[in-house]
Order: sequence, then structure tokens, then C-alpha cells
Amino acid sequence: MSLLLSFSFSSLASNIHNLLAAAISNSFLLLVTEMVITGITLISFLVVLCFFLGYMERRVAAFMEIRLGPNRVGPKGTLQIVADTLKLLLKEGLTPDSSDKFLFNLAPIIMVVASMMAIAPIAFAKDFQLYDINIGVLYVSAVSSLGVIGILMAGWSSNNKYSLLGAMRSGAQIVSYELSVGLSLISIVILSGSLSLGDIVMSQQNGWWIIKGHIPIIISFVIFVIASTAEINRAPFDLAEADQELTGGFHTEYAGMKFAMFLLSEYINLFIVSAIAATLFLGGWMPFHIGGLDSFNHIMDYIPSSIWFFAKTFLIIFIIMQFRWTFPRLRVDQLLTLEWKYLLPISMVNIILVTVMAIMGWHL
Amino acid sequence: MFLKDYFSTIYRSIKSLLTGMKVTGYYFTHPKEIQTEEYPDNRPTLKMADRFRGEVVMPHNENNEHRCTGCQACEIACPNGTIKIVTKQEIMPDGKKKKRIDTFVYHLDLCTMCNLCIVACPSDAIVMSQNFEHSVYDKKQLKKILNKPDSKLMDGVE
Repeated sequence: MSLLLSFSFSSLASNIHNLLAAAISNSFLLLVTEMVITGITLISFLVVLCFFLGYMERRVAAFMEIRLGPNRVGPKGTLQIVADTLKLLLKEGLTPDSSDKFLFNLAPIIMVVASMMAIAPIAFAKDFQLYDINIGVLYVSAVSSLGVIGILMAGWSSNNKYSLLGAMRSGAQIVSYELSVGLSLISIVILSGSLSLGDIVMSQQNGWWIIKGHIPIIISFVIFVIASTAEINRAPFDLAEADQELTGGFHTEYAGMKFAMFLLSEYINLFIVSAIAATLFLGGWMPFHIGGLDSFNHIMDYIPSSIWFFAKTFLIIFIIMQFRWTFPRLRVDQLLTLEWKYLLPISMVNIILVTVMAIMGWHL
Repeated sequence: MFLKDYFSTIYRSIKSLLTGMKVTGYYFTHPKEIQTEEYPDNRPTLKMADRFRGEVVMPHNENNEHRCTGCQACEIACPNGTIKIVTKQEIMPDGKKKKRIDTFVYHLDLCTMCNLCIVACPSDAIVMSQNFEHSVYDKKQLKKILNKPDSKLMDGVE
């Protein structure tokens, strides 16, 4: 039990580093080896995560629609997603004859790369971060908007009217909602005074921002969740895919593993958005602390930081999934009305409120 | 006035969205509400609805007697020609000749379960059963003879 409590990802990482440093004397070779190990670990973690999210989504959807969901393959249907992946692997990776073949095959790769890049500055546990870049928030919002290039590329190169319509809608949508996402991120940056995700987590030692920041931060949290749901093209903002109208939107022409890569990037994006929301608003790996209650804070510290991080992340993932299975899809005009007439003005006023709060020191 | 509309729109939309999320959240936290019938597994306990129309059957009592007088009202009522009744003349013990059914042919493959034959039957000889597992490997097995061999008309039914 004490071994379990003392376990942490940072000690594991430093142990591996010491082990490798003893074996490899060349410092450049050591760096390359560690990078390769990190990359493979990250990719396998993301694939396993996507398996889990795919299973979770189906079960959550089923339970919300009073169904059972997948429950035949493996115990409680857990192997269903493995079976589906095997099916996609065995399918032919078809490239349509009249498509722009280079761009068509490049698009899914760009999607996956763009979403995997955004995972770099996320702190998974205490002192366990791939790269604590000092402009982490800016980096994430910049890299995650690269995904729209992949979508536009896929839609344009498919040479299909549905794909093109889906891609164009997605372009309008992501460019609009980027603003609200950015403004709600800025409200946290104003309060914490840093763009680094590590510093933002540390600034929440005496309470999470959503508690410390009163109503303006709650508003910006709600705006962030809504706008980022739109940014990752999930229902009710899934106009880019819109199965019923566009037969799948930008990925209509894709099959096999190329289609699976779009699915992979969708789930990675879902995870990243939730992780960013958890880090900025709910304190990341920081345990639940109440200023003044030392014994309570001490008990909370016993729960490992990685569990705190993943619990918060999956709470937000669950909320976004509940959006998907509750709300009907918006029309294009309603989508743009929501952003330009409601979310953007509200978040602009909200920024002023947060700034006043930060200057006057009204936050806790 | 504009601002009032603006904020009341926000209030109403958030309220309605939360109402929707309350419904899905209720279903998520109450797995007892799940409606799924795990069909092949729950076969012993499967209960069909009372008015479910599976197929047309002719109930027989313990003396192998049915209520069909061979009036052919069902055959006339059927829009698809599903029912074909072959009648015969039977000599009663008192020497009178009476019309009785020989075979009641029912083509399940033509039947749309519209219930018109059951409505048309004046003597309630045929009913819809609850059985719905009709699949067979040979189409010929879908042609059914509903009256059992050597069955008789029930006494008192004319």
C-alpha cells in the first residue's frame, strides 16, 4: 500500500532516465533514445486512450438513450472497439480515381499530427510533463487550429460535393469558435499571469480557478466548453460531418485506416480539449485544496496527482459526450449566430470583468 | 428592450439545454430504465404485447374441435389471398348433409398481419398468435394448414 501511494510518474520517469544514463554514455544518443521511447509511449498511450474513449462513448450514448450498447464482444463489450479496429485495418485503403491523390493521403496524417502535437505541454501528473514550454497556452491554441487545414485538405482533395461542403462548413466554424476559445483561455492567463501550463497549475495551489475566480471564470469555463466542443467538430456542432445531410462530410471518401486516423484525431482532440479545460479551470493534477483546512488538504494530497488529472479530464469528456447525446445539431446560421452574437460579446465583457478582478485583487 | 430580449434568450436557452441534460443524466444514472430486450438470451421470459400479431392460428379444444364453420368470410376479407378454404359435404348422424371445412390453407409468406380476417370471422375461429419466429429454410414450409387432422366443428357453432 505504501508502495502504491509513493508511486508517481515523475519518479518512474527519473528512474528510467537514470537507468538509460548509466547504459548510454553519449549524451546526444541518450537524448535521441529518450525521445524515441517517449514518442512510442505517447503514441501507444493515445491509441489505448482512443480505444477507451470509443468504448466509453458508445456505452455512455447507449445508457443515455436507454439502450445497452456493445455488450457481446469480450466482457461487457470491451473488446468491441478492438474488433472494429481490426476490421478497419483489414479494409482496403481506397483512394478515389478523380481525387488529388497526394493531398488525399496527406490529410489524415496532418490531422493526427496536429492533434498529437498539442499534447506536448500538458501536465499529466506532478513534475510529469513532456515539455513545459513557457508559452504553453498559446502553443496549444495555435497547434490545435492546424487541424482545420487537414479537414479542408480532405474535403477539397476528395473531389466530392459532400466532402467539400463539410470542409467549408468546418472552416467557417473553427475559425469563428477559435476566438471564444482564445478569449476564455486569456481570462485564466490574466489571473495566473503566465502562459506556461506548469505555472498555471502551480497558481491553483490554494484553490482551483473555477472556485477562486467567482462567476466570471465560471462563465469563461462554460464558454470554453461550448466553443471547444465546436472546435473539435463534435455534436451538436458536427456540421462538418453531419451524417444525415452530408453522408459523413469531409471524410465521406475515406475508408480503412485513413478513416480510422480521422477517428483517432477526433478522440485525441477530445482528450486534449478536456485536459486543457481541466488544467486551466479545474487545477490540472492539483488536488482539491481549501485554504486554511490543513488536515483536509493533507488527506487530499494522498490521492496521486495523476488520478486527480485523469478524473477531472474524464469528467469534462463525459460532459462533452453528454452534449452530443442530448442536443440536436445546429443549422449553419444558428451556429454562427451563437458564436458572433452570443459567445464572443459575452466573453469580451467577461475579459473586462476578469481584468478588473485581477487588478483589484478580488479573486481569492 | 433589445438587451432584455438578449438576456432572456440566453436564460431560456440555457434553461432548456439544462432540462435536456437532466433527462439524459437521469437515464444515465438509472440503468433500470434500459429498454433493450436481449432477445435470444431472454427467450424463456420474453413477453410479447397483448395485441401483437404474429401469425393466424386456429385454436382447438381438448377434444380436437375447432370453431370454423367454413363460411369463407376470412377468405373474402383477405386483401392478399392469403387464406384458401377447401370445404366438403359431411353427412350428419340424422342424415342431413352439412358443409364442413376440409382444409384451412394459410400462406404465411403472403400475410401482412393486417388482422382483417380475424375481424371478419363471425364465429371467432381464428386468432392472431404471439409467435414471431417464422424463419424456415424452405419456402414450402410457410404454407400452413391450420385445422388439425381429424378435427371437428365444435358443437353449437353454426
